[in-house]
Amino acid sequence: MLDILAERLRQGRRTVAFPESVPDLPPRYRGLPTLAPQSCDPPCASCAGVCPTGALGRDADGLYLDLGRCLFCGACEAACPRGMVTFTRDHRLASSTRQGLVLRPGLRPAVAPLEPGRRRLFARSLKLREISAGGCNACEADTNVLTTVVFDLGRFGIDFVASPRHADGVAVTGPVPRNMLAATLSTFAAVPDPRVAVAIGTCAVSGGLFAAGPEAAEGATPHLPVDLFIPGCPPHPLTILDGLLRLLGMKTP
Amino acid sequence: MEFAHTQSIAVNDVPALPARDLRREILSRVAAGWRVLALCALPGQDGPTLAAVCGRDRDGRLSFHRSVPVARYESLTPECPQCHWFERELHEKSGIVPEGHPWLKPVRFAARCCGIRPEPGVTDYFRIHGEEIHEVAVGPVHAGIIEPGHFRFQCFGENVFHLEISLGYQHRGIEAMLAGAPDARTPHLMETAAGDTSIGHALAHAAVMEALTGQAAPPRGRAIGRVALELERLANHTGDIGALAGDVGYLPTMSYCGRIRGDFLNMTAILCGNRFGRGLVRPGGTRHDLDTGMLRVLAGRLEAARRAAFGAAQLLFSASTVLARFEGTGRLCADAARDLGLVGPPARACGLARDARRSFPLLGADAKDIPLSLHDFGDVYARALVRRLEMEASLDFVDAALAALPAGPAFAPLPAGLPPGRLAVGIVEGWRGEIRHLAVTGPDGRFLAYKLYDPSFMNWFGLAVALRGQQVSDFPLCNKSFNLSYCGHDL
Repeated sequence: MLDILAERLRQGRRTVAFPESVPDLPPRYRGLPTLAPQSCDPPCASCAGVCPTGALGRDADGLYLDLGRCLFCGACEAACPRGMVTFTRDHRLASSTRQGLVLRPGLRPAVAPLEPGRRRLFARSLKLREISAGGCNACEADTNVLTTVVFDLGRFGIDFVASPRHADGVAVTGPVPRNMLAATLSTFAAVPDPRVAVAIGTCAVSGGLFAAGPEAAEGATPHLPVDLFIPGCPPHPLTILDGLLRLLGMKTP
Repeated sequence: MEFAHTQSIAVNDVPALPARDLRREILSRVAAGWRVLALCALPGQDGPTLAAVCGRDRDGRLSFHRSVPVARYESLTPECPQCHWFERELHEKSGIVPEGHPWLKPVRFAARCCGIRPEPGVTDYFRIHGEEIHEVAVGPVHAGIIEPGHFRFQCFGENVFHLEISLGYQHRGIEAMLAGAPDARTPHLMETAAGDTSIGHALAHAAVMEALTGQAAPPRGRAIGRVALELERLANHTGDIGALAGDVGYLPTMSYCGRIRGDFLNMTAILCGNRFGRGLVRPGGTRHDLDTGMLRVLAGRLEAARRAAFGAAQLLFSASTVLARFEGTGRLCADAARDLGLVGPPARACGLARDARRSFPLLGADAKDIPLSLHDFGDVYARALVRRLEMEASLDFVDAALAALPAGPAFAPLPAGLPPGRLAVGIVEGWRGEIRHLAVTGPDGRFLAYKLYDPSFMNWFGLAVALRGQQVSDFPLCNKSFNLSYCGHDL
């Protein structure tokens, strides 16, 4: 018993001060990308074919970067000789809409809190059932880490529960490939209304790498009414936490 | 044909044997102490052929064998059980029938070749009949934040007679996406094959590419990659020890390890910005170098994490209530582990001296200095203790490697284009065990076939066997002591 207490003292208090302040992120962390405002005409094609998921593209309105497909690998930043794409260390990436993840110069993704009805129900207690559907266990691990002493998710009234019957919504990770589609739909159907759906990670938002594969894996977006899109490969735990808190209307830095 | 594990060979130099001779060749090698590292179907003009890679731990020799096109052959499994999962997989993928295989069921429920694709989980399960026998079915969606899979227990009271594991829910078609590669997606597919083993799979892919092109990564890049591999091991072993503590209700170690695991992940993020090491290892070295400032930060954090991790583990291993639950639970004997071809900590916990860091060291990495961590009880306790010992070995390795990083560049691009018609194997000891990649290039210098074997591929059946005669309520504990990958198996 005394050993346990002594070790407890040595291990110390480890919960981050978030949302009062943002903990230090590593210097090489790649967060929110920004696109330079100038036009990239004439197109030099340095970035063509560089993006593994086709997240970076050009249309009539100019250059865009679809965060919902982005792996945050930084290949486009490295390829562009004019510095059109810059990855910042901003961890706030979540969006209430799929379209809001399509970045253009001067834009950033935004989260609107749930409408008053669901917000009143869930703001002080949100229980989520996590569904891993083709996830590679990175998004799962960095979601799970929210429940450790470091992030202490419970202090915000948010928790992950074992049964969809006990849940107020689902959090989906992974590209939802064919073999997990039925299980994903039945799990969501088992959650009583009103409910929320959160897509965690680029795979869950769009299928990511696997959208172009043979298993019809385009994420949760085509199958569930997603309320919150959190891109990243995987998103940093702070990115997920920030998105969840803002969905419930809490203030975050 | 025999070759060194760092070399590639020309496929056409290897005679195409009749299936009967291939079978005899594999059986005689296994009898002489070799292990079957891969047994699969390769696409061919006149239909699929069988291909096998065997390996010898003593000196890192590999052997490759292939057959003429076959539609059916006599199954190896009855005489060589370590082939059983390989044969199920190759049957599902190519339609070749291993005749006499005792349980030729799908492993991924992804068959295209045999006509109708089965629904995931819909197959004939083993059933034990009797008045007091009941069946417990779990999954695919599990009660935690875990990947999906389906488990069926045949129980008599609390006692489990048999556990059958049915996977495939995570199938994303990675091997199909790799045919015709390499391309811009390839390194990312490697890093997400099993996302908690990003470094391990990226290194195995690098080993394949280096063997094919004949150019090793520069020493500094190799050393940084090896450090990242050990950090990955440290993070996951710490997490496993914490999770084992949680499964027996020992909360102090569980909560400390949850945090310390993150400390190791954050060290990987110092290397490359990503907690899972995404974007760090590429064929030809590492995309990021380390400066002295980073080395100083890492040294300090390693020291702190070492103290914290061993303090947390010390509490666990000295609590009698914990030991009473660990000892004798989920026991596997060395013979069963050898027969099933288990790898990684579950094999070493049965006393099998299998560690690819020693048997098949990466080109340019002299890893013989990593001591082998063995135990011979074969139970949950042994699997936990092997992890604890490996953490110590990894920390010592990382400290020494960072203190003596070779000078020079961290990255040197490999020559563009791959030689046609060649085969190479990449073997890396990931935290779960031996990761094996096998690539065959076509006449255009692109992958004709690329096979990935996560250690989970070999070990899932080990979990099923370990649970025989155990209580249903001990399943979570046994499962955690293996902690296998679903997506790494399902690909």
